[in-house]
Amino acid sequence: MSILINKKTKVIVQGITGRDGSFHAEQMKKYGTNVVGGVTPGKGGTEVNGIPVFNSVADAVAKTKANTSVIYVPPSFAIDAVYEAVDAGISLIVCITEGVPANDMLKVYDYVKSRGARLIGPNCPGLISPGESKVGIMPGSIVKKGPVGVVSRSGTLTYEAIWALTCAGIGQTTCIGIGGDQIIGTNFIDTLELFEADPATKAVVMIGEIGGTDEEMAAEFVRKKMTKPVVGFIAGRMAPPGKRMGHAGAIISGGSGTAKEKIEALNKAGIPVAVSPTEIPALIREKMQAAARKPAAKKAATVKKAKGIGKVKPGKAIMTKKQRIAPKARKVGAKKRK
Amino acid sequence: MKIHEYQAKEIFAAAQIPVPLGQVASSVAEVASIAESYGRPVMIKAQVHVGGRGKAGGIQYAANVEAARVWAQKILGMDIKGLTVKKVLVTEAADIASESYVGIIIDRAQKKPVIMVSAAGGIDIEEVAAKTPEKIIKMAVDPTTGLKAYQARELAGNLYKDQALVRQAADVIMKLYDVYWKVDASLVEINPLITTPSGKVVALDAKINIDDNGLYRHKDVAAMRDLDAEDPSEVEARDGDLSFVKLSGNIGCIVNGAGLAMATMDLVKYYGGDPANFLDIGGSSNPQKVLTAMRIILRDQNVRAILINIFGGITRCDDVANGIVMAYEELKPEIPIVVRLTGTNADKAKVILKKVNLESADTLDNVVKKAIALAELEPMAEGRIQ
Repeated sequence: MSILINKKTKVIVQGITGRDGSFHAEQMKKYGTNVVGGVTPGKGGTEVNGIPVFNSVADAVAKTKANTSVIYVPPSFAIDAVYEAVDAGISLIVCITEGVPANDMLKVYDYVKSRGARLIGPNCPGLISPGESKVGIMPGSIVKKGPVGVVSRSGTLTYEAIWALTCAGIGQTTCIGIGGDQIIGTNFIDTLELFEADPATKAVVMIGEIGGTDEEMAAEFVRKKMTKPVVGFIAGRMAPPGKRMGHAGAIISGGSGTAKEKIEALNKAGIPVAVSPTEIPALIREKMQAAARKPAAKKAATVKKAKGIGKVKPGKAIMTKKQRIAPKARKVGAKKRK
Repeated sequence: MKIHEYQAKEIFAAAQIPVPLGQVASSVAEVASIAESYGRPVMIKAQVHVGGRGKAGGIQYAANVEAARVWAQKILGMDIKGLTVKKVLVTEAADIASESYVGIIIDRAQKKPVIMVSAAGGIDIEEVAAKTPEKIIKMAVDPTTGLKAYQARELAGNLYKDQALVRQAADVIMKLYDVYWKVDASLVEINPLITTPSGKVVALDAKINIDDNGLYRHKDVAAMRDLDAEDPSEVEARDGDLSFVKLSGNIGCIVNGAGLAMATMDLVKYYGGDPANFLDIGGSSNPQKVLTAMRIILRDQNVRAILINIFGGITRCDDVANGIVMAYEELKPEIPIVVRLTGTNADKAKVILKKVNLESADTLDNVVKKAIALAELEPMAEGRIQ
């Protein structure tokens, strides 16, 4: 099991004839991802590494029944590519491109939501479900199938954490990089909700960094609604205020968004925070063993809490498209039924 | 990117937001000639990329040309929070009846632009925000439909009772919202927005921060960048397509990826060292980037060891290793360098690195500890590098 992508996911690559697009299309295909097509306006009818190229996303979807798209186009075209994917009925859009203006993203965010699609990124490495599918640029060589979900605002730092887990013999259900920009399509809470509902995921690693308040809100979500253990890491303890630390979103502004605040919020929610990424496996093992020691109590809690927030029953937690898209609507419905 | 007040006022003026007459100057003589041409009292305002200029003495009233000359002498060259004043704005002095605040920023949590107004504007706005946040009224705007005139009137109604002033302020808020979108701003601010005794609403100050990601479509705004106001090494890094932030420590860091670069710095501190910088060479394997990174770091006289941490995913470690060898041979650094390359093609990289005499480590924690140990052994930098 995994979240968002699996063996059945049918992927198209927007910008497949570009340098990055063609390289990563091949890498994804090699990993076993079901890459069914690519899109470059004007290059329809050609092929890249045996993958058919279409002039538009709508064409590609009509011919291939693709449900997922990954975008590797330059920043000035990325927003248009997202709109095109949404309008063609793609349900999962992964935007790798870095450098998308934040104000453009404000409009895109609302549009994607209103059409019931999901956007991951921009400025992200994408996601990988070990042994099933990879959509994006994460190296397939560092992952291993197993029980831990990984969610992060970063790229290589995520690889570091995944590699530490893999070296310690702890595999992953799905690893997802949600992006380093200020405005991103899918945040920590969205992803934690999915991991909570995925029966194969037994624990989650959450890797945050300075800037914004997503980590604080996620901590609150974990405290109130999650039954599965979460281990954290926060980058940027040393970052000076007012300076953008590489990622557009990694900036302490007006004294808010510091690592200290985030670590305190996580700790308050019972989430241990690793000092070095290499500490993560030990913390995860500890948390998972503690959860396993009291299986009866934990299970009862799971059922009770899951009902309370309208989660499907354990063992039956297969996400339907509707649930994936509208978790909030689902909550309201569940409360009413109760 | 930050721009100066005088530049922000040019953008305001083009958008027909009322601003006082003003001109920028970089010498006492220029200041005097501008003041003379206005023939009335002026304000001399330091143009530096930092808040609190007024409190630091960087904004002064000059009743006549002679006073303008005296103040220009004092303010030009003045140090404000570590920045040297190289330019001043000479602007007509205004009669002030009241001071308000208007600002627009992105609210990351709500994913909307938020307009903030306060009748308690002026130099103490930060204190107002901290102590009496209820005095700042906030309104999130739907980015797809934009700001509506009635919303602007509602905001302006929080500032004034006089309907003539409300009308003018609402107009300023509408125009400010347009400016925010037009230049891809991440912040626009008027503090203070004043009323004059004759009943005019005027933007006495102007602040605009631009989203770097939007600069590609605003060549005119990009041209406003003041290289004099930035750290030269940060300018060189940007030209070399590197993300670099200078810090005060003695361990230079070269890392791929922003998150990992932050985590590496944090670990340096955790193990008792002090990072000299944040540096992300990005996702590409271009050896030139390693060379530029090394050159920038070696110029910092505080640096006593360099730590290179690369996690090869798409970045190939052998490419980075070639960059390191190139940089080593060209720059001939005399301080220790510790390298950790792991992931894609790390084995090939190790063979390449044998060409040069570098320390290496296998794990993140070990490369950090080793760099700290070597930095401690290293004598002070004096006279070491040309």
